[in-house]
Amino acid sequence: MPKVKMARKSTNVDMTAMCDVAFLLLTFFMLATKFKSPEPVMVATPSSISQIAIPDTSIMLITVDSKSRIFFSIDRKNVQDFGGNEARLALIQGMNKYKNLGLTPAEEKAFQNGSSVGQPLTRLKQYLGGDGAVQAQLDAAPDAGIPVDTAATPNNELAEWIRVARNSNPYLRICIKGDVNTKYPAIDKIISTLGAMKIFRFNLITDLEGIPAGTPAFENAQKAAEKKAAS
Amino acid sequence: MAELDTSSGGGHKKGPGVKKGKKLSTRVDLTPMVDLGFLLITFFMYTTTLAKPKTMEINMPYKDENMTEDKQSKVKESTALTILLSKNHRVYTYEGIGSDATKPPELKPVSIAKNTSDLREVLLNKKNMVEGLKRSGGLNATDNMVVLIKPDSTSTYKDLVDVFDEMTISDVKVYAKVDITGQDREFIQLTEQANPTAQ
Repeated sequence: MPKVKMARKSTNVDMTAMCDVAFLLLTFFMLATKFKSPEPVMVATPSSISQIAIPDTSIMLITVDSKSRIFFSIDRKNVQDFGGNEARLALIQGMNKYKNLGLTPAEEKAFQNGSSVGQPLTRLKQYLGGDGAVQAQLDAAPDAGIPVDTAATPNNELAEWIRVARNSNPYLRICIKGDVNTKYPAIDKIISTLGAMKIFRFNLITDLEGIPAGTPAFENAQKAAEKKAAS
Repeated sequence: MAELDTSSGGGHKKGPGVKKGKKLSTRVDLTPMVDLGFLLITFFMYTTTLAKPKTMEINMPYKDENMTEDKQSKVKESTALTILLSKNHRVYTYEGIGSDATKPPELKPVSIAKNTSDLREVLLNKKNMVEGLKRSGGLNATDNMVVLIKPDSTSTYKDLVDVFDEMTISDVKVYAKVDITGQDREFIQLTEQANPTAQ
């Protein structure tokens, strides 16, 4: 009996289609991606059921890490009326002027292009003048963070930052980004600093979590969804 | 691995000096390109942040050092519920505002874990109680249930956000974060001494 000869098929597959898909996805992710600006500290925010997204512009961000160190930043995309990209520059120039920090234009530029800053004013010049390694070292220092003493002889640099930032853009919304493990006193210091400046309304940055079923908020959300569907 | 098509040619011969132009195939092996493509996709997928963080709006009670005593808003004992945040994520509630030091209120430990929160039940009971009092004339129609949140210095930011979130979940309209008093600390201490094995 003659053996049945199997036709030898080539193992080569046409890769064109796969290549197309890969690059299609690549294009999507490249366009959809928004790089996280490198923050000096990693902060894991707690979650809440709040669904309000943070606006893109006019944000003042006060970050508190798990060691209760405070970092301050305003967003890069500011409203045009207040100088657009220049608001960060205006902020550091203002701080330089009021506090006599003696920063050079290059150091001011470094602040403008940087992210959150959490250094006492005495160390700010060293921080902004330094390269990445110096900055990382200063960020890791246990006594980094903007001082917020609310005692009788206040050394409340956070209040100064907020005041100058609000001069550069009065529409700044204040967002507090705290870590899950941040102790409450650090948050309380920020809240009382804000309270002393008659700011009683601010935002806490959280992650999204689902609304638990059977609660009033859940029923309200359902009613709202039904209303939306009906209209 | 690009294949060269060497099967071209054929019998048709030109003169001996004429070189035959080799016909190259236009087919290129795309495997490395696909590899590269997927590598980049992986990179962008990891770095991308599609979900924007959310924010929770908080209004603090208005505070002014120049405010006189009589202008400050008073909370009625019967409408109030106090929540104390203590160490190790412990949360206690009690009825009223704990103004009477001689009669320490009964502190009830509650859980604020998202799925097994029994704080919701406490809030619901209190809400019903206030509504009942309103109907029976014990309270004015304008009175609302007020929740006072008093975080101790040993509590964490997560506890605070969780409790704020519970207020939203249970649809509590009026709540405020107030400073903890020494009195409240004593209440916590008494409760923890009385039953040290709790939680």
